[in-house]
Amino acid sequence: MKEDPGLYDYWPYENRPKITWPNGARVAFWVAPNIEFYELDPAVNPHRKAWPRPVPDISGYGTRDYGNRVGHMRMMRTLDKYGVRGSISLSTALCDHHPEIIQMCKERDWEFFSHGIYNTRYTYGMSEDQERAMIEDAVETIHKHTGQDCSGYLAPALTHSDITMDLFAEAGGIYTCDLFHDDQPTPVHVRSGKKFISVPYSLEMNDTIVYVVNKIEPRRYGEMIKANFDRLYEEGKDNGVVMCIPLHGYQVSHPHRIKAFEEALEYITGHSDVWVTTGREIAEYYIENCYDEAVADITAKGAA
Amino acid sequence: MALDPSYLEYPHRSYGMDHDRYDWSMLADRKPVAWPDGKRLALWVNVSLQYFPLNQSGKPFAPVAGMTTAYPDLRHYTLREYGNRVGIFRCLQAFDRYDVKPTFAVSARLAERYPYLIKKLVARGDEIIAHGWHMDAPHFGGQDQAEEATLVKKSLQTLREATGQPVTGWLSPSKSQSSNTPELLVENGVEYMCDWINDELPYNFRTSAGDITAMPLSTELEDRFIMHANLHSESEYADQIKDAFDYLYAEAGDQGGRMLALSIHPWMLGQPHRIGKLEEVLAHITSQDGVWSASAGDIRTAWQAAQ
Repeated sequence: MKEDPGLYDYWPYENRPKITWPNGARVAFWVAPNIEFYELDPAVNPHRKAWPRPVPDISGYGTRDYGNRVGHMRMMRTLDKYGVRGSISLSTALCDHHPEIIQMCKERDWEFFSHGIYNTRYTYGMSEDQERAMIEDAVETIHKHTGQDCSGYLAPALTHSDITMDLFAEAGGIYTCDLFHDDQPTPVHVRSGKKFISVPYSLEMNDTIVYVVNKIEPRRYGEMIKANFDRLYEEGKDNGVVMCIPLHGYQVSHPHRIKAFEEALEYITGHSDVWVTTGREIAEYYIENCYDEAVADITAKGAA
Repeated sequence: MALDPSYLEYPHRSYGMDHDRYDWSMLADRKPVAWPDGKRLALWVNVSLQYFPLNQSGKPFAPVAGMTTAYPDLRHYTLREYGNRVGIFRCLQAFDRYDVKPTFAVSARLAERYPYLIKKLVARGDEIIAHGWHMDAPHFGGQDQAEEATLVKKSLQTLREATGQPVTGWLSPSKSQSSNTPELLVENGVEYMCDWINDELPYNFRTSAGDITAMPLSTELEDRFIMHANLHSESEYADQIKDAFDYLYAEAGDQGGRMLALSIHPWMLGQPHRIGKLEEVLAHITSQDGVWSASAGDIRTAWQAAQ
């Protein structure tokens, strides 16, 4: 184990090179629906239990299954209404289990990126070959079912190894959602030296963290989203930032929650200088226009 | 370091679910459900009347809302008893005031202990469903099959004798099941169960003993979950239920009948400072003409007729 993951250098928020998003937008805004499949009786990982209760843990399983049966369509209708294309953090086995969902996302030109095979299969304990096989399986599955190259990664159930980023970059990926250290994209060190970055995916705005971990009230979540946006929109005048709302059909789409979320979405998309986009578009734009300058600035400040 | 190679094998990775209990389907894709008299929303108010023994074993897991201190936990024992002695009567008044038809999920042991209460409910004509033996008698994966079979049988027998009703609905303590529970329920004449929370309408569930209806009783909208687990305020509870109702009522206008399943506990909402919020919620819901307040069994029957 290491003291520091070694993935990025300290790089203070002030006095960075200016990011100018397309059309002069201040905030690159993206929404990341997690479309997940949890197994009722998954293979056992010795480092993490899948369910708190003995199999079948129908409460945990049913909670997640609700997202696919009920929540997904409700969320999609809401995003459609405000012209938001989702960037899907996908349990890629869902392509096999629920192709109807994949089809609806394809029709809307949503982005698909890897969130592992199942959200009940963890990276812990895997050899390098095993983790590579899991990553390649997900990348191939996304390509086979959607025609898309998988650009982004959010580790299944946020389970990582020391080489997760290295392996994903080698499999063709260009960005990770697993790091929560910044409000702007930042370069990430990978052993191949490829251009690979972190795109902010806010855990603080993540509905599961909000509802399950922090036990926030639905209307307060709406207020938090607006406050988060207001400050980023203000700061984005000087230097472009990213705002992400990660969602789950089994959390935000419940009937007592979706309205407050919708109001926040209406608020954000009602502002003129917002680039409503996807994770991949942010990453490609950043790598093309901002990456080299960022690396030079980080290097200079590190040397200073 | 490596995991067993089977960890990267996915035997159920194919169309539909990873088990054969029910078919995969999305709510929005189904044939719209029409409730009786053209109503838009079926209101199912499920009242859990629970018995939590003082000598809780907590095996293999402690019951939801059970004892927490060292023995004797008089604190939680009596807080839960409050619901069966006092809170329930406030709830009944609220239901009558707003002409709401409740369904009662009763621990069989409670029916043995408090026949007065059961007689009162039976005289009202309300439907009673089984809520297991008591809260410390869970159904769970790995449970001895004969032990569980006895538990199901004696729970239903006790409640049927105490109520004179056929008792065809079931809610497991802590909504926990073993892999055999659905079979045991069917074998014992149960027609619907409320433990699976993966949907907002009833759906068909397969067992080797024949089909049973799953009637999803929302946990997220439960009084205990919102105020006891999440520690949201009484006012927040009312706001959340009203928001849920408004959303489902509107959605029913576009997509066909919806069901609002409210799970409540007299030990929670029956407190003097909370009962007003139940009344506020019921007033809000029943102010709409398109609401059909019905027992769980009647909702299931209407759903079946609409298939």
